[in-house]
Amino acid sequence: MNDLFFIPIIKMFVIFGVCLFFITYTTWLERKALGHFQLRYGPMRVGYHGLLQPIADGIKNFFKEEVVPDNADRAVFLLAPIISISLAVMLLAVIPFGAPITILGKKVDLYLANPSIGILFILGFATIGSYGTILGGWSSGNKYGYMGGLRASAMIISYELSMAFAVLSIIMVTGSFSLVDMVGAQQHVWNILREPVAFLVFLISGIAELNRTPFDMPEAESELCCGYNIEYSSMKFSLFFLAEYTHLFVFAALVTTLFLGGWHGPILPGVVWFFLKTFTIIFLCIWIRATIPRLRYDKVMKLEWKFLLPVALANVIATGVVMALFG
Amino acid sequence: MEKSDIIVVSRDRGEKGNYVKPFIKGLQYTLGNFFKKPITVQYPDQKTCRSERWRGLHKLNVDEKGELKCVACGLCAAVCPSQAITIVAREEIGGTRHPETFEINELRCIFCGFCQEACPKGAISLTKVYEYVDYSREDFVFDISKLRTTGEKWNC
Repeated sequence: MNDLFFIPIIKMFVIFGVCLFFITYTTWLERKALGHFQLRYGPMRVGYHGLLQPIADGIKNFFKEEVVPDNADRAVFLLAPIISISLAVMLLAVIPFGAPITILGKKVDLYLANPSIGILFILGFATIGSYGTILGGWSSGNKYGYMGGLRASAMIISYELSMAFAVLSIIMVTGSFSLVDMVGAQQHVWNILREPVAFLVFLISGIAELNRTPFDMPEAESELCCGYNIEYSSMKFSLFFLAEYTHLFVFAALVTTLFLGGWHGPILPGVVWFFLKTFTIIFLCIWIRATIPRLRYDKVMKLEWKFLLPVALANVIATGVVMALFG
Repeated sequence: MEKSDIIVVSRDRGEKGNYVKPFIKGLQYTLGNFFKKPITVQYPDQKTCRSERWRGLHKLNVDEKGELKCVACGLCAAVCPSQAITIVAREEIGGTRHPETFEINELRCIFCGFCQEACPKGAISLTKVYEYVDYSREDFVFDISKLRTTGEKWNC
């Protein structure tokens, strides 16, 4: 009874609570880091160096007026943010946060679930999560939103491919679909050393999948005035925002798990290493956002189909050949 | 096929495809900025310094005895291009003149500083106070009591 019911519930609350806390503060980190990259301070007024800013934003958004446009498809319009956030948060369930720890003589694994197809689960649900973006843009009855949704679907279809191929080479190296096994296989050598090309491809296509600068086609501010979430207000907008940052967090956690050895690291406990690596990747994403301007739409597509996909494919083949010869 | 038959479409194709170097250069630059001190001035907490010649709100100066230096000659009112100054003079026994009322409409004023230049007694001067807010238009018509204390509450 305990093992089946209570421990998973406690774990669920702890993992989702801690992760959502970190995700909320990722928004603070982004604004702050982006500010410092541009020789500004970022949020400073709410709390010490703006530390209470995410909470203030949340409260503010809560009390804003909710507007549903007249020509919006009401049901889909209301459903889209829910799809977005729920499928994004669901991804947190399969991420292994640390080595098993012992509490009160009981061995507790620091993940909610370890399905044998963990990585496929993440790839699949991340893609379904983008339905939130697409439906939200499509249903709001706004041309900008529609264009944003259209672009989002094009981006997802394109970049999912190279992402999957990059993951495929990791699956080949590890010999398992389970994220826990993947971390276990990196105890001595991190996958980034075995598969540097896959790492780069995964990083680039991941940033594209997240719709972040330089690939933020669906929400290009200057062209689409915010894109798919243009008609959303109040908490619905917040949910989109939160889903976006949850995806960012999950992506960083995934890079950590697949390439940077997960929780493995000297001296410090595993969980600390995990979050350290995750936030390094998040910082890298912010850093890239602060540096590179948005690419043109056709260049984004060209980068994927003419460069990343062939490279990822070649990498898979090369991995297979090396494994056949030496493995 | 001869070598000369090959048409070179783009000579610097190699340079065109070179995205990595500029990319890393850009990342270096932004990271350098990240560790620099931000140049933002946190305005309500910190203020930038005004120049000594800054022309802000007016102030009526007083002499050692604490009386207004102003003799109500009316030169400032005459020179004022926006006619923001209104003076009513009062002559006392012994020939000394003082302003009965001295009003400056700070909303009309264009802060040219002519009044300060025109004043033979150095009675009126422009302070460095540049931020003044109030609730009504009438509050911006400064009378003598207000002009005496300009810059005491808001100083830079």
